Amino acid sequence: MNRFPLWKNLLILAVVVLAALYTLPNFFGQSPAVQISALGSNPLDVGVEPQIEKALAAEGLTPTRSTLDAAGLRLRFADPDSQLKARDVIDHVLNPPGEPLHDVVALNLVANSPAWLTDIGALPMYLGLDLSGGVHFLLQVDQQAAIDKRLDGDASEIRAELQEKQIYYDGLSRTGDQLRVRFHDAATQGSAQQLLEASHHDMTLKAEGADLVLGLKPETVTAIQDQAVKQNILALRNRVNELGAKEPIIQQQGPDRIIVELPGVQDTAKAKDIIGRTATLEIHLVDEDHSGPASLTELPPPGDILVQERQGRPVFVHKTVVLSGDVITDAGAGFDSQTNRPTVNISMDAKGARVIRQVSRENLKKRMAILLIEKNKTEAISVATIQDELGARFQITGLQSPKEASDLALLLRAGALAAPMDFLEERTVGPSLGAENIARGFHSTWIGFAAITLFMTGYYLLFGFVSVVALAVNVLMLVGLLSLMQATLTLPGMAGIALTVGLALDANVLINERIREELRNGNSPGAAIHAGYDRAFGTILDSNVTTGIAGLALFAFGSGPVKGFAVVLVLGILTSMFSAVLVSRALVNLIYGRRRKIERLSIGM
Amino acid sequence: MEFFRMKRDIPFMSWGKYTTSVSLLTFLLALFFLYSKGLNFSVDFTGGTVMEVNTARQADLGVMRQTLERLGLRDANVQNFGSSHDVLIRLPLRHGVATATLSEQVRAALAQNDPSLKVRRVEFVGPQVGDELVKDGSAALLFVSLGIVIYLSLRFRWRPAVATILANLHDVVIILGFFAFFQWEFSLPVLAAVLAILGYSVNESVVVFDRVRENFRKMRGASVPQVIDNAITRTMSRTIITHGCTQLMVTSMLFFGGEALHYFALALTIGILFGIYSSVLVASPIAMALGMTRADFLVSDKKASSIPDAP
Repeated sequence: MNRFPLWKNLLILAVVVLAALYTLPNFFGQSPAVQISALGSNPLDVGVEPQIEKALAAEGLTPTRSTLDAAGLRLRFADPDSQLKARDVIDHVLNPPGEPLHDVVALNLVANSPAWLTDIGALPMYLGLDLSGGVHFLLQVDQQAAIDKRLDGDASEIRAELQEKQIYYDGLSRTGDQLRVRFHDAATQGSAQQLLEASHHDMTLKAEGADLVLGLKPETVTAIQDQAVKQNILALRNRVNELGAKEPIIQQQGPDRIIVELPGVQDTAKAKDIIGRTATLEIHLVDEDHSGPASLTELPPPGDILVQERQGRPVFVHKTVVLSGDVITDAGAGFDSQTNRPTVNISMDAKGARVIRQVSRENLKKRMAILLIEKNKTEAISVATIQDELGARFQITGLQSPKEASDLALLLRAGALAAPMDFLEERTVGPSLGAENIARGFHSTWIGFAAITLFMTGYYLLFGFVSVVALAVNVLMLVGLLSLMQATLTLPGMAGIALTVGLALDANVLINERIREELRNGNSPGAAIHAGYDRAFGTILDSNVTTGIAGLALFAFGSGPVKGFAVVLVLGILTSMFSAVLVSRALVNLIYGRRRKIERLSIGM
Repeated sequence: MEFFRMKRDIPFMSWGKYTTSVSLLTFLLALFFLYSKGLNFSVDFTGGTVMEVNTARQADLGVMRQTLERLGLRDANVQNFGSSHDVLIRLPLRHGVATATLSEQVRAALAQNDPSLKVRRVEFVGPQVGDELVKDGSAALLFVSLGIVIYLSLRFRWRPAVATILANLHDVVIILGFFAFFQWEFSLPVLAAVLAILGYSVNESVVVFDRVRENFRKMRGASVPQVIDNAITRTMSRTIITHGCTQLMVTSMLFFGGEALHYFALALTIGILFGIYSSVLVASPIAMALGMTRADFLVSDKKASSIPDAP
């Protein structure tokens, strides 16, 4: 009765081997690498490899291994220092300054495991920030600002439309989330209503006396808020790519929050600076009626704001926003064909084009300022005279150098946030602390495991040994499963693995105690094994369900490292049941099941 | 080797009066300390900034405090952490200050005095996040308690279920009482440990009540206290060994896991110790006080429905 059919034994063996296989990559570790891929969907030119190697050798850098596949060329290096140096060297070779971007050169972490392991999808677990070091930010998008900005945009659009159709209005003002356009008589109001109803589907229109009141529809508000978060995520992703972070995580959390995680980032101050640049762009007209202010402290005339140019000169601009950065669809650095000076070429969407055409036509030979707004700080990055009616594409001139042009283009392309963001949370873990945490987590698990092994084999003898093997299999399966799922391992997660050993042990002790009791009640050894495993199962199931409930609650309500702990706990319950009920039973069966007559069990009594 | 070889059942239930009074006393004490001292919430819950810095030379806390005061951070808390080279700086949340950049300012200011200074860890938590964590933590506690009651009610009917959850919530309050009395830092991992303990020590009561159910079937004619005494005595060996081994693991975490896991392991240790006590000596007396009978256990067993209630 204590024999498993062959298929069952084979199944258990297969599971254990698979678990071992998927656990394996974690022991090889990861190497810092530089990844080179061609821009767009083109494959990488294979001819660049010797060229790169020569340049690296000139700097005394040799990659430890290089691999070329569909994703591009990957060069591994012994340490992060040479990785950083190599990145700069390679970037210089592939993308000489002044030429358009040719290939993308990024930092990366590549698993050291042999290719056949990688081929079957066996990859090491991700290490959480508390283990790998790095930075974590939780940002909140200021959605009211996005709505304000949208209403400001609508206001200038409405002005442009009414002027274009020569519908005269007395004034346009915004109170709260409503726009109020005042008209002289009902006739102009009526034609304006007709015009605006056709062009602003996403707004509610209401006539109040001779005024028209416009508000955003609820679904529009939701769409704006959603769009603001999405666009900010996109902008952050672009910036982080510029930073060259390894495997960054940028994701939405809840309706208005964004998580940014940059594992392994060494220079946390720089990372904070780049992420922290929650810049937005706005185009304003320079107030030409008032002469430029003499100093930065001068009080601006009503309706104006005072901003500072790059060179430090103060300038008055109108408060009204002509356009904001979200209408920009593309920006690239280039040179003016006539003056051969650096420029930034901007393309914007249809809505932006209409507004800029209208505004520029009416303000020829006047100056336009492009403002970069950081938290509490506004800077005019460019103040230029409008030479011509502007269209969907226009040029910003007056830049100092090609480098400034490309920086500005990048910021316009990547940096235009739909709404400013606040930091809700920041966690930075230095790389040395991360390494220490790994060592401590491992240490405490091993020492605890060793102590348990000593006790269990001393107390339950052979059955104790079987239990310890089952426990080891449990850890193996848990780590294998976590690796297969590509879960993120955190320090609480490591504590979870240790705690799971305790849980799995519970099942083993229950079984061993049951067998002893059956023996005491006078059952034969064979029957005692059978009854012990059978009767203990109900109890094991019960006790695991309650821990499972706790794990699920932690997963549902926890965040960050606590969630990691919860994942480990829930998976650990599943693997511990498998290992205690099936693996240990299979081992006991192999030991005792084949004997015709069992004299006594080596269970310590 | 055998530690527990009981010839006779231990009359646990006759001690019910004493054990319940002891529990009640510890419980009330815990509540008292929670009320009078309160929990020392970590930055996770209160919001604020925590920085861990490491210096090559022995850190001069006085100079650091002066530097922080010059930055206008008079309410900063500076203390050694682990060794004389490691310093923990806590900056409470202040309104109207761009806190995200605060840690950078502090680092720059401190590095002027000691260029060898390295920032090992920074945590900044805004006020909203802290409030939400308190809310989420309470929700999780409620969810776990309800989930366990529902599961146990399905399994055993309500009396053992309620007794179990009361016994285990009593553990939770006692853990919190310890954290309040010693003013240990209550952080997110500690909360995780408390919830894990809630799930884990329910195991204990489940094992006992499982055995009680079995005994009600086997021990016809025995009184309810006799049935319970026998169940506890028979499962005691397993209780002590399991918890002892889990405690081995947790002790290893406590001593070798470093500062990050210290309070986590401490919460688990208290939870495990009181878990043994409460599920054995608190849950069963409560269940009896609630008037638990044979019928509470035999409900899920269709064949058993013909068995009359014990008088």
